[in-house]
Amino acid sequence: MDTSINAYNIHYKILNEKIKILIREGYEEITVQGVCGQRYIGGGLQSKKVKIILYGVPGNDLAVFMDGPEIVVMGNAQDGVGNTMNSGRIVIHGNAGDIVGHSMRGGEIFVKGDVGYRVGIHMKEYRDMYPVMVIGGSARNFLGEYMAGGMIILLGMTERKYVGNYIGTGMHGGVIYIRESLLRSASLGKEVNIFMADTSDMDKIRPYLRRFASYYGFTENKVLKGQFYKIIPITSRPYGKIYTY
Amino acid sequence: MAKAKNITEFIIERDERRCIKCQACVRVCASDVHSYDDESQELLSDNSRCVGCHFCEDICPTGALTIKRNPSATKDNAHWTRDYIYRIVKQSTTGGILLTGMGNDKQYKNYFEHMVLNAAQVTNPSIDPLREPMELRTFIGRRPDRIRYEKIKENKYILKESISNLLHLEIPVMFSAMSFGSISLNACKSLAKAAFLSGTYWNTGEGGMHRNLYPYAERAIVQIASGRFGVNTEYLERAAAVEIKIGQGAKPGIGGHLPGEKVSEEISLTRMIPEGTDAISPAPHHDIYSIEDLRQLIFAIKEVTSYKKPVGVKIAAVHNVAPIASGIVRAGADFVTIDGIRGGTGAAPLVIRDNVGIPIELAVAVVDQRLRDEGIRNQASIIAAGGFKTSADIVKAIALGADVVYIGSAALIALGCHLCQKCYTGKCNWGIATQDSYLTKRLNPDIGAERLCNLLKAWALEIKEMLGGMGINAIESLRGNREQLRGIDLTETELKLLGIKYAGEAW
Ligand code: SF4
Ligand code: SF4
Repeated sequence: MDTSINAYNIHYKILNEKIKILIREGYEEITVQGVCGQRYIGGGLQSKKVKIILYGVPGNDLAVFMDGPEIVVMGNAQDGVGNTMNSGRIVIHGNAGDIVGHSMRGGEIFVKGDVGYRVGIHMKEYRDMYPVMVIGGSARNFLGEYMAGGMIILLGMTERKYVGNYIGTGMHGGVIYIRESLLRSASLGKEVNIFMADTSDMDKIRPYLRRFASYYGFTENKVLKGQFYKIIPITSRPYGKIYTY
Repeated sequence: MAKAKNITEFIIERDERRCIKCQACVRVCASDVHSYDDESQELLSDNSRCVGCHFCEDICPTGALTIKRNPSATKDNAHWTRDYIYRIVKQSTTGGILLTGMGNDKQYKNYFEHMVLNAAQVTNPSIDPLREPMELRTFIGRRPDRIRYEKIKENKYILKESISNLLHLEIPVMFSAMSFGSISLNACKSLAKAAFLSGTYWNTGEGGMHRNLYPYAERAIVQIASGRFGVNTEYLERAAAVEIKIGQGAKPGIGGHLPGEKVSEEISLTRMIPEGTDAISPAPHHDIYSIEDLRQLIFAIKEVTSYKKPVGVKIAAVHNVAPIASGIVRAGADFVTIDGIRGGTGAAPLVIRDNVGIPIELAVAVVDQRLRDEGIRNQASIIAAGGFKTSADIVKAIALGADVVYIGSAALIALGCHLCQKCYTGKCNWGIATQDSYLTKRLNPDIGAERLCNLLKAWALEIKEMLGGMGINAIESLRGNREQLRGIDLTETELKLLGIKYAGEAW
């Protein structure tokens, strides 16, 4: 069952309650028109079958603590997308703000355009939960800070061929892939090393890149072309030796 | 060259006439102090390893062991004490940050010891709590600004105000945040069960909730800290209330690292991170750089828990505590937890624990005053924490303006802890701050819970006696009732900050 509602001029509390009620009533695809800065959309939702399509710009903490649903944003998103998310998928047809995927434990986030600061901070993985973020454009400083698990892929396909400073500062798990074209601007945090991606790396990221291409109507070639580099932590214990017992 | 030897703090005295060579001490000490020499058939002790936890002394069946302070002296020097000399020896060898456990052991002025309570004499009667009802029941959460009701018929009214859900305590004392990881599951279970049986609450700390503790979840306050370990929708929904941890009295302003070697299978399951990896909690929450951001997280939690649970914020007591607390209340918190400079920890850098923060007595007084001045005291409860060691401290804190008190160290002492401050080593002989199953099975959670219940029961009786003496029959009437306190040996500034008069001054 699908349905459509309009978020114009309503408070997030009412909008989110409406969405919850529709899900309880059995709707599996909910389109929300006129979204304008409402926070926490999809927050804490636990159904695997639900898909929410948002037109407009959702507010901060989109899909915070979300566990299962798919959210498509036809527009830009703000800060904190997928904050502490457990599972599910977010597909953004635009840019996103700071700390996308903060402490995300599982699920997928696709962003067509650019993202802000500290994206992927403290992402972690656990058992069969493996968070993945694919960013079509560039990212600002501190990408993957404190990252403990999961994967970030940065494609640099927008005009701003730029990735900020201190990539992977405090990183102690997980992996970041960036395309060669971004390399010149990349300054790494002191806890990480960079290597050329090999065939096994490409096998690992290819399925995500294919999906990225299909979500946004790119050709696979365009998304896959060029050399990729991988950034991984030097040690899983960056702060293991600073104490005396 | 100076050798990096751990300071020998204690000397083990073995009374040879009593010792029956049963070797119990050899088997129990996790610091491997005692050994038995087969050849000479002698029991030996390596004093330098002893941390002074008193486990062997307590367990020795003939009472042959006495742990004494090492009298070995350096030249008397009020400035360069032996402790400071040995710290430098250790650090010049290792180049590392000194770690410690439990709360600040420095001699900062203890204001509780400089405040005395009132009692009723002649002009108002005291109350005998043994014969008359005495109310310790306390609620935590947001109170409405006013109560509106409507009369629908004779003797029948309906409430028109929406009242938020409150936590309901039979005694104004709760167990403060101690995570599974910093303490053993048996210790967690003791606390959880005791809270359940005594009608109060326990706190998961920032490491998620172990599944064996689910039966006590309705009495749990769950924490969400910067690492977001173990936090998902179910975790938030399972709890009675949620506490956002910004800071902790033992280590204000810094994060935490649970080293990978302590992340066992069970801890990995609870924290939801792979086994053996470091659990790093960054110093700040990276989605909170301002009061507005804090509000955002508070309401994110309220949204996912459908506005059914109180959401609070825990901070360390620091210089700016009053304006910060005011911001927290305005951000929508239903309770503010303030942890003072004597608050405990499983592991913290020694210099931070001993030098950062302010005493809880002053913090509670200024926060309560500030919230009253701003007319928002009703919007949130104040929970005080940090070194509460007797029921009298609790009564004084409530008179200064706290609603409830958290106890951590006191609860662990009830479970056996002797404050050796070595929690960070993971070798706690009392089975508390350790994950070693050989040690944790020494702590029986049923007996532990019983001991904690006893402590709460005893303190409840004492609190009632003190209240009755003041002629007060409900703890509610003591809250912020600073006329019941008088200061001794305090300066003008201290009296002003505490908002109390000097002993001898009448009303
Ligand atoms: S560390 Fe504890 S158990 Fe071991 S010798 Fe010292 S007091 Fe006894
Ligand atoms: S919990 Fe254990 S290790 Fe920590 S101070 Fe108490 S007895 Fe020592």
